[in-house]
Amino acid sequence: MPLPITIIGGYLGSGKTTLINHLLRHADGVRLAVLVNEFGELPIDADLIEAQDDDIISIAGGCVCCSYGNDLTLALLDLVKMDPQPDHVVLEASGVALPGAIAAAVGLLDGYLLDGVVVLANAETIREQAVDTYIGDTIQRQLEAADIVIINKTDLVDEDGLVSLRSWMKERNGDVEIVLAQHGQLPSSLVLQSFLARERKHQEGHQLNAFETVRMEIVTPVQVEKLAQDLASPELGLLRAKGFVKSPQGELKTIQVVGRRWAVTEAPPNSQPGLVAIGVKAVVDPKVLEKVAAAAAVKAD
Amino acid sequence: MTTIYAAKKIITMNPARPETTHVAVRDGRILGAGSLEEFSRWGDYELDEQFSDKVLMPGLVEGHAHTMEGTLWRHTYCGYFDRMDPDGKMWTGLKTIDAVLDRLKEAEAKLDDPDTPLPGWQLDPIYFNNERVSREDLDKVSSTRPVGVMHASGHILNVNTKALELAGLLKSGVNHPGVPLGKDGLPTGELKGPDIMTPVGVHVGFDRDMLACDERGLRDFGKLCVRTGVTTVTDLAARLNDEAVDMMLRVTGEKSYPARVVPLRFFHGLTPEDLVEQASSLKTKSTDRLRLGMIKVVADGSIQGFSARLRAPGYFNGAPNGLWYVAPEQLQEIYDRALEQGLHVHTHTNGDEATQLAIETLERALAKQPTPDHRFTLQHCQLADAAQFRRMGKLGMCVNLFANHHFYWGDEHYRLTVGPERAERMNACRTALANNVPMAIHSDAPITPLGPLFTAWCAVNRITASGRVQGEYEKIAVDDALYAITLGAAYTLKLDGEVGSVEAGKRADFAVLEDDPTTIGADKLKDVRVWGTVQDGRIFSAQAG
Repeated sequence: MPLPITIIGGYLGSGKTTLINHLLRHADGVRLAVLVNEFGELPIDADLIEAQDDDIISIAGGCVCCSYGNDLTLALLDLVKMDPQPDHVVLEASGVALPGAIAAAVGLLDGYLLDGVVVLANAETIREQAVDTYIGDTIQRQLEAADIVIINKTDLVDEDGLVSLRSWMKERNGDVEIVLAQHGQLPSSLVLQSFLARERKHQEGHQLNAFETVRMEIVTPVQVEKLAQDLASPELGLLRAKGFVKSPQGELKTIQVVGRRWAVTEAPPNSQPGLVAIGVKAVVDPKVLEKVAAAAAVKAD
Repeated sequence: MTTIYAAKKIITMNPARPETTHVAVRDGRILGAGSLEEFSRWGDYELDEQFSDKVLMPGLVEGHAHTMEGTLWRHTYCGYFDRMDPDGKMWTGLKTIDAVLDRLKEAEAKLDDPDTPLPGWQLDPIYFNNERVSREDLDKVSSTRPVGVMHASGHILNVNTKALELAGLLKSGVNHPGVPLGKDGLPTGELKGPDIMTPVGVHVGFDRDMLACDERGLRDFGKLCVRTGVTTVTDLAARLNDEAVDMMLRVTGEKSYPARVVPLRFFHGLTPEDLVEQASSLKTKSTDRLRLGMIKVVADGSIQGFSARLRAPGYFNGAPNGLWYVAPEQLQEIYDRALEQGLHVHTHTNGDEATQLAIETLERALAKQPTPDHRFTLQHCQLADAAQFRRMGKLGMCVNLFANHHFYWGDEHYRLTVGPERAERMNACRTALANNVPMAIHSDAPITPLGPLFTAWCAVNRITASGRVQGEYEKIAVDDALYAITLGAAYTLKLDGEVGSVEAGKRADFAVLEDDPTTIGADKLKDVRVWGTVQDGRIFSAQAG
């Protein structure tokens, strides 16, 4: 089973650390391995830390945090050998790193499956940063590489400002899904597919009602890649989808969607067919999703 | 006990008595440089005449090298140019891909275990009309063991099929800008950029930490210093964990270790606060032969790798701008905290935008924390223009320009990366000096070979590998170049009070030369033969190994 890895990008002050702490706080049994560039002024909230040495912080609930310092690739090679293996890797890119380049490199590493690139933007400063002499092009390249952009700290901007910010963002990356947040408070399932998979099992709602989670029972065989591709189309407005469906040959396949990115892989043994998707409540229409699923179904001859 | 050395000529770098014939040494210090008669009042002495047909200079100072060169020599040398190893063997440069493969085959024949990896280094296909080395080529060396050859730039690695297999990369559908694919849809074996070089590099025998130098490597590096007349050398980006520091303290503390090593703590992986704290505490561990406590920051990438940050008009071939390796806010915090703690920072800037950021950042830091004589130094600083040098001069910044680079890659810069006009101004030694920017010049060994006299030749002649003079205006005089590789470099390390000239009270560090660099002719500076060194009063002959 490849280890899912989510890249969290964004410039200094966009709220990456806050978001990661939020994920750890709500990990609820999913064992996360968080990779950060450096152990700065407490990358992890003190109350979550169980033990710390030079290279690794142990966190409540079986999660860990490691610093990768100079060599991210080596850290990833080490992490995949960890026993027991974590359920999901969350990679916090440095403020000037290009998450697109990291995603391309991760895509080549044996044992990993890219779960998506999530880039945070500080609602108050992002437009200014994007035209800065020194870092403007870096910021733009970060946003262009995102599957999901989280516009964070929206409490610092008024309603009109957010509307114009959203259209500004769409001009830069027309394909991207945009999510608004304050203090990194978001359903974890939106950031990491491992949470989405779990939500499907637990059949439980989540704490923030701006988002809609849709569960679909798909038991008949489907054209798997068509379904995955359709779920990733911009009209549906899905942030993420994950599930297991039967191929026309009767094999169970995993579908993963994040924004416009989709992947089909072998399903792990004992997976149960079915699919779960999450998106912004105002946008996502369960009826449309049913139609998409029906359109991919293999017609009985 | 006082020893007085008689030499054919001693070039002192002390303008008050620039040339002399004798130097008196006691306990590793210079009592004086002058005539034999002048030393009579120092008491008993032994007259040592073994250098009476030699020319002495202050021990040369290399202000930007990496001790890992010592470690690399355990791999097979595949470079285009002749290069001497730590034991004095001259490896002939390889002029064709077949010659590279033949040398690798020779090395392969000496390995018994079929799984042992075979790493080579310093390949430079630029000189083979950019003809690439494929995995099929390297498969001819071995199909059973992983084989990999690192390029001279350090930015590209070529590997054989076995190495790709071990790294899980021998598959179709690889989609990465750093992994070119062949007609069969499989990777060709060329890997560009550290992201992708590292996971394969570990299988072909390149150490996990490329910057690290082990014990034997550090000793071998010392031998290279003796062969090139170097008595003080930097290790410009070291991780310096406890283990590494202990090893360096032990090795440099050995009775016969021939050089003073100045390792700079690499900034990456630490917050500015932790970085400054660590550097401060390292400083207290310094010994005479291991000078700790300085900081190295890398602001951008390299020009030939298109990862340097350039201002308008950008790259000549239209490549997008390069990468930042530090955020402007982080650089500011590092400078602020370092000035506050009295620490000395060297910053790698290749592109002129990175240079501009460093200048502006330091200007703000100095406004908050006025620091006379800070000597913050820009390393490489290859593309800086006249306005930037003027500003650096006013701010009291130093520069260490990459003169060797001009020879090895100048043609590439002219043709491909920045175009003729900016290629001619790269490593602008004359402009730096004209604007009173204290200047050193460097090799960045192992990127180019250690050898300050060669580096001086590069700065004086500005000849590229193809034989063209590139940037006539930026040439400097022989005397200026010799100053740059002695006192100039010592100044950027705040060691100019101890080394860099032959005068009373300074360390007895000499480069012992067979030829006189001041008379051999500017075009022959690189041909000056080095007999060895005297370091801290101890004699090291290159022949003795």
